[in-house]
Amino acid sequence: MLKWTSSVLIELVRSAGHRMNNALQTLGFAARFFMLILVYSGQSFRRLHLTIREIYFVGFQSLLIILVSGLFIGMVLGMQGYETLQRYGSSEALGVLVALSLTRELGPVVSALLFASRAGSSITAEIGLMKATEQLTAMDMMAVNPIARVVAPRFWGGVISMPLLAALFSAIGVFGGYLIGVVLIGVDEGAFWSQMQGSVDFRFDVWNGIVKSFVFGTAVSLIAVFEGYDAVPTAEGVSASIKRTVVYSALAILALDFVLTSFMFRGV
Amino acid sequence: MSRKLLDLWVGFFVAIGFTAVLFLALRVGNLSSANFAETYQLTAKFDNIGGLKVRGPVKSAGVVVGRVSDIRFDPQAYEALVTVTIDSRYQFPKDTFASILTAGLLGEQYIGLDAGGDEKMLKPGDVFAKTQSAVVLEKLISQFMFNKASETPDSK
Repeated sequence: MLKWTSSVLIELVRSAGHRMNNALQTLGFAARFFMLILVYSGQSFRRLHLTIREIYFVGFQSLLIILVSGLFIGMVLGMQGYETLQRYGSSEALGVLVALSLTRELGPVVSALLFASRAGSSITAEIGLMKATEQLTAMDMMAVNPIARVVAPRFWGGVISMPLLAALFSAIGVFGGYLIGVVLIGVDEGAFWSQMQGSVDFRFDVWNGIVKSFVFGTAVSLIAVFEGYDAVPTAEGVSASIKRTVVYSALAILALDFVLTSFMFRGV
Repeated sequence: MSRKLLDLWVGFFVAIGFTAVLFLALRVGNLSSANFAETYQLTAKFDNIGGLKVRGPVKSAGVVVGRVSDIRFDPQAYEALVTVTIDSRYQFPKDTFASILTAGLLGEQYIGLDAGGDEKMLKPGDVFAKTQSAVVLEKLISQFMFNKASETPDSK
């Protein structure tokens, strides 16, 4: 009995250690992979149309979902914000509420979550399938570096697209709040815009939001290309990689958002 | 898809992205109005600053002329040291009166500057000679109540 218990205990500790070691190994591989992307970026930028093509696929084709979600989130913020603010007789502050919550938090975070599920998953699927069908190996055989040819353009396409998408999300969200607040409910238009301009600071609020979305774009793109490159080259392995991309991206975005917010908006 | 069409759509995407940033900067934010090119700093001492915050506005005649850049506590004099950054286009006389006011009944607090008649102007780093602290609502109410209580019936 005692022998059995101790062997189970040892097995538990061993499996925990195994998981930890695996996680650390993957993290180290991801860090080296990131360095490789940066090293081969120059080589891939020499053929700029590769990156432009990826900006088209991950950025331009995400426009519809970003714009529609942004508009609806702005409209919901307008309705809910008005509902609460009018209880305290300050419905003119609706513009401030909508603009601050969009530029500081919702714009970068929600558009990054949408971007991860819309573009990140497709990047992982593409690279994972290339690996499963041995296209990456074939490129290597033809002396074409797959990181410079396939991975780096997709990474940079995501990094460049993300801040633009987040800015569009915030802008269309403010417009949605304006539609509901001013056009539909009838908050005074002058007060809506002037109070918004009075309390939204470009460097403090808007710029910090752009910095956030840049960080999220880097994280999501890196996770997406890494999971694709690291995929087990089978149908099952690729599907598990896509799942990991979405889950890890969402967790990374929310965790990074907490860290960035606590640095940027501390004590204000 | 041809390379030219692809370039066109990507260019379109980048252009509307930057338009959104511009919209956020100029229409939503206050980049156009609150970005002072050249500034100078003045200091004011208050007994009580109430709810004044860093980055709060400094107004003269209702127009924003600067921002509060720093608030500190002076442990020797037990006063608040407020540093304000003023746009260099605006100069104020030496006897300018700085007071902490509230926008609306419960709005944000700001520093109001009432220019005096002195011919000499405040230089960068100068200290306001005359200040008025924030009005604390509780003190006002208790003052009113004590005055009421001290009134004797026959004094009416």
